[in-house]
Amino acid sequence: MEDDAPVIYGLEFQARALTPQTAETDAIRFLVGTQSLKYDNQIHVIDFDDENNIINKNVLLHQVGEIWHISASPSDKGVLATCYNKTADSKVVTCAAVWRMPLELEPGGQDSPEDAASPAHTLELLCHLEPAARGSTACVAWEPAGDGKRVISLADNHILLWDLQESSSQAMLASSASLEGKGQLKFTTGRWSPHHNCSQVATANDTAIRGWDTRTMSQIYCIESAHGQLVRDLDFNPNKQYYLASCGDDCKVKFWDTRNVAEPVKTLEEHSHWVWNVRYNHSHDQLVLTGSSDSRVILSNMVSISSEPFGHLVDDDDLSDQEERRLEEKSQEPPQDSVIATYEEHEDSVYAVDWSSADPWLFASLSYDGRLVINRVPRALKYHILL
Amino acid sequence: MAAAAAAPGPGSGPGDSPEGPEAEGPERRRKAHGMLKLYYGLSEGEAAGRPSGPDPLDPTDLNGAHFDPEVYLDKLRRECPLAQLMDSETDMVRQIRALDSDMQTLVYENYNKFISATDTIRKMKNDFRKMEDEMDRLATNMAVITDFSARISATLQDRHERITKLAGVHALLRKLQFLFELPSRLTKCVELGAYGQAVRYQGRARAVLQQYQHLPSFRAIQDDCQVITARLAQQLRQRFREGGSGAPEQAECVELLLALGEPAEELCEEFLAHARGRLEEELRSLEAELGPSPPAPDVLEFTDHGGSGFVGGLCQVAAAYQELFAAQGPAGADKLAAFARELGSRYFALVERRLAQEQGSGDNSLLVRALDRFHRRLRAPGALLAAAGLAEAATEIVERVARERLGHHLQGLQAAFLGSLTDVRQALAAPRIAGKEGPGLAELLANVASSILSHIKASLASVHLFTAKEVSFSNKPYFRGEFCSQGVRESLIVGFIRSMCQTAQSFCDSPGEKGGATPPALLLLLSRLCLDYETATISYILTLTDEQFLVQDQSPVTPVSTLCAEARETARRLLTHYVKVQGLVISQMLRKSVETRDWLSTLEPRNVRAVMKRVVEDTTAIDVQVGLLYEEGVRKAQSSDSSKRTFSVYSSSRQQGRYAPSYTPSAPMDTNLLSNIQKLFSERIDVFSPVEFNKVSVLTGIIKISLKTLLECVRLRTFGRFGLQQVQVDCHFLQLYLWRFVADEELVHLLLDEVVASAALRCPDPVPMEPSVVEVICERG
Repeated sequence: MEDDAPVIYGLEFQARALTPQTAETDAIRFLVGTQSLKYDNQIHVIDFDDENNIINKNVLLHQVGEIWHISASPSDKGVLATCYNKTADSKVVTCAAVWRMPLELEPGGQDSPEDAASPAHTLELLCHLEPAARGSTACVAWEPAGDGKRVISLADNHILLWDLQESSSQAMLASSASLEGKGQLKFTTGRWSPHHNCSQVATANDTAIRGWDTRTMSQIYCIESAHGQLVRDLDFNPNKQYYLASCGDDCKVKFWDTRNVAEPVKTLEEHSHWVWNVRYNHSHDQLVLTGSSDSRVILSNMVSISSEPFGHLVDDDDLSDQEERRLEEKSQEPPQDSVIATYEEHEDSVYAVDWSSADPWLFASLSYDGRLVINRVPRALKYHILL
Repeated sequence: MAAAAAAPGPGSGPGDSPEGPEAEGPERRRKAHGMLKLYYGLSEGEAAGRPSGPDPLDPTDLNGAHFDPEVYLDKLRRECPLAQLMDSETDMVRQIRALDSDMQTLVYENYNKFISATDTIRKMKNDFRKMEDEMDRLATNMAVITDFSARISATLQDRHERITKLAGVHALLRKLQFLFELPSRLTKCVELGAYGQAVRYQGRARAVLQQYQHLPSFRAIQDDCQVITARLAQQLRQRFREGGSGAPEQAECVELLLALGEPAEELCEEFLAHARGRLEEELRSLEAELGPSPPAPDVLEFTDHGGSGFVGGLCQVAAAYQELFAAQGPAGADKLAAFARELGSRYFALVERRLAQEQGSGDNSLLVRALDRFHRRLRAPGALLAAAGLAEAATEIVERVARERLGHHLQGLQAAFLGSLTDVRQALAAPRIAGKEGPGLAELLANVASSILSHIKASLASVHLFTAKEVSFSNKPYFRGEFCSQGVRESLIVGFIRSMCQTAQSFCDSPGEKGGATPPALLLLLSRLCLDYETATISYILTLTDEQFLVQDQSPVTPVSTLCAEARETARRLLTHYVKVQGLVISQMLRKSVETRDWLSTLEPRNVRAVMKRVVEDTTAIDVQVGLLYEEGVRKAQSSDSSKRTFSVYSSSRQQGRYAPSYTPSAPMDTNLLSNIQKLFSERIDVFSPVEFNKVSVLTGIIKISLKTLLECVRLRTFGRFGLQQVQVDCHFLQLYLWRFVADEELVHLLLDEVVASAALRCPDPVPMEPSVVEVICERG
């Protein structure tokens, strides 16, 4: 069971941005962006060697500013997009840009992080997603299944669809839409649905969740007051096309059927503070990961609303084997949906969690103090699902 | 005498001696001994062995059977001195003389008697001889008489036989005359309406006529009779059918018809048909009372009508039927049972319809009395017609009604609860205008609690009527067992408490999420109410119930502890929700204040921001509100001056360059190390942790939520130098005022520390303000 212990990696700076390298399907690799106002910010490329339980890191300098959001291209391993803060004239503006990583890093071979002083590679800027006077960009999302040419960015109350030109050197604004309404509306986050031929995008602003059709750039559904307070994150079920998970400041995680948005299909209330992140497992969509500012990461088993056939239950006996994982069993949950494990390795708010794109049983979580923790799904459950 | 007294062996002395005491003493003693011996079962033989015992064969005993004068004299001579001998001699002589004279007198006296007896015997002999002669004469006379008598009876023999025959003929003739007169008599009877008489006549003649019908004359009579009888039957039926006459007369008709030999089967059909007609009329009148037009009489009257009209009629019919058609056997009884069952079910349907109209009303006593009458009335036919199952059906109806009443009361209780909640809402909304801080939540709570309790008691009292001793159905097993335990205790009381908890919990779920449609004070009040229920009221109510309804049923009931646990859980959820709602209000205020401000280009702080003052004010208000209902609770004891101390803690720690990491590869873990070390010494703060039932815990929860929000919001912003200083000032201000509300002020310090630290991190140019300046600003604010 030793290799089931979590692997912890510490960054020097505060960090909020985490993404798996989406296009990479062999190596377990995560990208983490730091937040520092005083020093050059970095993107840590973290390779996890599953066999030896070792972490290898590469540091890329990201000098333009602190990173608030990071996303990797689904088709090109070397390409990623960041949203970063730029301070100018006592004004803070959040910009977005597409970058290419230096080629020699990609194998991820350097295993001595101690002498990482020498390289400190720099990212190569491909293009800005920033037509001037568009406000602060909250989030960049890649088209999940495409050739890595289409990107949306959310800037204040605008939703912008970009076409990246040849070798991504130039971004063309393909279309855009704006959210009109009372007060200052601001998108907080957005996700691109992998279904419907990638024609749908969901966005969140304040307590509402909206769905958009990228072909016409028009709103297709809207869940007003999806959460009692701010909606922090969204994720689409990768296997069930109408299912959407959301989380927010009311400490809840809700699951929606976008065809009927009057009521959530299911609500979880396991966290004791704002839930910042929710992620479906890419292949086994009953596994849902949430990260919260109560410093906990919770892995839930949502069998009843997953695409898997019913009946994959986790026996209590199986769970009790997982003592080392400091597993907190929810005592009287309905048997089908249950919390699999609560991970408490973090000591500060967890702002990002994500599954590895290479290994469906592995995930990383990042807390504000720069601690990255890599965990696995409990084995008993894994075998239970597989067998 | 003296010598005699001195003589050593008086026992052996002559018992006959005149010196009585000496001689008689042992004699008497012996007698007494004998009796005692007899008593103790000792045989004479045993006693004889004694030395002092007298020997009956003693030849010296003068009175003994074996007295021998020679021996006696010898002995006397040998043993006695002369003087005594002389005495004996004189004594003896004297005795002999006395005896001689006695004998002489006896002979004299009896001599005369002998003579007269001899005379009498002689006379008797003569008389008997005379009597013998007379007896002989009597015997001869008697022989003569016998002879005569025999001759007389021989001569009278044949005349006697003739007389007997004549008497027989006479009787026959009388009967014949009756037969010949029968048709006319019958006709007369029929004409006079004396049907009973007619039927009796007919009955007497029928057998004879039947027997002699081969004779033409009898035949004619029989025919006549039959015609008349037919007419009679016709008339009887007519009367029977007319139905105008009451049930007893009808019964009489039927009886007569039966006597006339009409087929019983048909008759009982007809009888029942008639009875049905009458009973249906009763039912129709009942239905009319019940009809759509509202002026229906009250239930009691209705059941009275039903009882006297329908049930009474049914009783009569059943009694008459059983009397008349007893001979019909089980088939007849079945018919009657079916009849009663059918009509009974219609009656029940009507009663149920009427009772259903009654469901809405609140008066239980009337209903119970009505049910009682209904049930009581049906016991009579129930006993008569056990097979029809009327009593069972009636009991069932009563049970059903009772059950429905329970449901009705439960609804009533729930409505009352909701009503009192509405009152509370209004009361909470109203005093805002008056500007006063409520008429006292405690008062409202007391009102709600007492009104619910009185409603419960009223319900219990009215339901209790069902089990009153004098009510006829109260001793049915249902009312003794299930009604008490399952009905009253479980479905009414436990059901109400459960639904109360649910109603209360529902305030936590839906509306609160959309921004608190429920006033927080109501949440607080409900929470306290549930807690009170947990601690006392539930057990009180259940004890009350158990006492009033001596629950004998063995079926399992919800234990008090389960209910208490539910109530406690509800109270806890409500309070937690209260904390969340209030925390949210303050959080929103703080969040807006952080998000909307431009922290980069803010000016140097001169004041505490207004929003912070507002936060403190609101917290104080909440503190007052909670204090009205919940106890203070425990807080960690700390010096009142602690605010200053901790303030220096966080400012100095920062001044030591805690958040001054340098990007040097040699010390990449610098920041983490520091912050982690700090966290090692502080416990993890569970922001939305479960709340305990006291003021401090509630306030702690609210403040934790608010400050955590502040922290998260601060982390999302970038601060200029003055922005940071403003945060510093704000935090110090909060520090000054919030510590007193919480259980562990260290918590407030920690969170505020973290806020300031985070703000410092989010500031490219972190120059903290001098603590003394901060204090001055705060005190001024």
